[in-house]
Amino acid sequence: MSVTTLPPLALAQRQPSWLVRLFDYKPFLIVMCLAPAIGLLAVFLTYPLGLGIWLAFTDTTIGRKGVYVGLENFQYLLTDSLWWNAVFYSVVYTAIATFGKFALGFWLALLLNNHFPFKSLLRAIILLPWIVPTVLSALAFWWIYDPQFSIISYLLVDVLHWRSSNIDFLGSAWPARFSLIAANIWRGIPFVAISLLAGLQTISPSLYEAAMLDGASAWQRFRYITFPMMMPILAIVMTFSIIFTFTDFQLVYAITRGGPGNSTHLLATLAFQRGIAGGELGEGAAIAVSMIPFLVFATLFSYFGLARRKWQQGEAND
Amino acid sequence: MTDTVAQRSVADAKAAPDTMAWDSGLRRLMMIYLPLGCFVLILLFPFYWMAITSFKPNAELMNYREHNPFWISSPTLAHIKHLLFDTAYPRWLWTTMMVAIGATTLSLVASTLAAYAIERLRFRGSPYVGLGIYLAYLVPPSILFIPLATVVVQFGLFDSPLALILVYPTFLVPFCTWLLIGYFKSIPYELEECALVDGATRLQILRRITLPLAVPGLISAGIFSFTLSWNEFIYALAFIQSGANKTVPVAILTELVTGDVYQWGALMAGSLLGSLPVAVFYSLFVDYYVSSLTGAVKE
Repeated sequence: MSVTTLPPLALAQRQPSWLVRLFDYKPFLIVMCLAPAIGLLAVFLTYPLGLGIWLAFTDTTIGRKGVYVGLENFQYLLTDSLWWNAVFYSVVYTAIATFGKFALGFWLALLLNNHFPFKSLLRAIILLPWIVPTVLSALAFWWIYDPQFSIISYLLVDVLHWRSSNIDFLGSAWPARFSLIAANIWRGIPFVAISLLAGLQTISPSLYEAAMLDGASAWQRFRYITFPMMMPILAIVMTFSIIFTFTDFQLVYAITRGGPGNSTHLLATLAFQRGIAGGELGEGAAIAVSMIPFLVFATLFSYFGLARRKWQQGEAND
Repeated sequence: MTDTVAQRSVADAKAAPDTMAWDSGLRRLMMIYLPLGCFVLILLFPFYWMAITSFKPNAELMNYREHNPFWISSPTLAHIKHLLFDTAYPRWLWTTMMVAIGATTLSLVASTLAAYAIERLRFRGSPYVGLGIYLAYLVPPSILFIPLATVVVQFGLFDSPLALILVYPTFLVPFCTWLLIGYFKSIPYELEECALVDGATRLQILRRITLPLAVPGLISAGIFSFTLSWNEFIYALAFIQSGANKTVPVAILTELVTGDVYQWGALMAGSLLGSLPVAVFYSLFVDYYVSSLTGAVKE
């Protein structure tokens, strides 16, 4: 249809300049097209990644060029209880938050997959927690978790009379840890739900019809059709979710800054505290680099998820 | 348990039609509408709380005994006024806007060209270039911010919003390229071949045929880039030091949170005002947003 907008004769008659002819030379055009993206990524991603790994083996501080110290930073981290604490909390945070996000997000996706009025409006509203800047919604949670004026405490104590005193959400280690996880789950549900909804909509209704004829119950239909058909998309979305939950920074930095008593430090916030705020660039980089093995593991997980997906598609295409 | 459910559905089928309709109506209410209502309530409550706090006078904020905390008896604009006139908030909003627009433009240009080269010009190794760019998305900012801070210092860009405009494409370009490759894929090759036969140059084809047809993709890539830049936190926190150059998320946290008594009214007003531009922008293009998100996952 757009072809008609091109005046073919006029184009053929005009003699193109050397510049135009150069851009018509395919290898040149390819290089020119890829240059901005590859250039940006090389300078601001690949180079820093390499530099970060190098820094992890030096004792660089802010304002002073460091020297190579081998594995010293890592050896120190192994004796550092705060680092172990951050590893522990990062794993707990990722595991519980991912489980929560996926359980609730999957449920929400199944609910949204039904027919009811104002469905698209509802879908739009539900994505809001994911759109709004994390730090800003984290501040709202900080206020919701206020020791004195928490609205949750008000509901539990004054309205429902379930408790006799306010909850001090962020005052001690475990309540603070779970408060952060709850905020993370809240933020993650929309993305998981909308992504999984997309997956649900690709499942052919004829599968369910066949299962109903065979007398499968709702639970059996979920267990033997929905769940296996959703496996590939679950694997992909989960990989993303795990990577970004494990390396999360904003939520913790905004609500607790690692406190109380350093109990809620994730590896990312600890790296920031040591590397930028504390000026120990080398040590901060080592903490950041110590996240990489975990991320490689998550990416491999994604790879096998994709492999499985291909196999399933092949079967479905028969 | 499954057996009883199966038996019941058989029993349902045998029951009179009107009782079945009533039964399934109640079932729908309990199984779908009630949980959906709870989800919506919980997902939206923090925003409601943010909004209501922004307009509450301090006396009401700190007194739940005499005032219903879920409502405002005497709304006030004092917090917003304080924010707009006593702080550098307008400046922060402006900086954030400029950074988001700059990073979005840069990323859109770079990723459109890259996606075009990878998907339409087709060369040996183009799938690997595509895969490489996609993998870049999996490198989280939390690993990069320390070395990037030293790179930014080397370039003399420390404390400058320009640093953010240049750095944000590291996570925007992979995402946009990935999204646009999908869009370019959906445009039939025949259109370009016809134009080639007619003597159009490749740049003309890109400008007059491929790009116009990829406009929905460009819009979604633009929205995603804009919201992601607006939301970015860790780089802005690490690279910007002076109060005036900060972006909204960083400034609220580092400039407004002062002392032992938190100014919750002003903080929530700041969060509300900082969320509004993305929320408005999002609501304008919500269909693109949802469809490209679902499309990207389906790909």
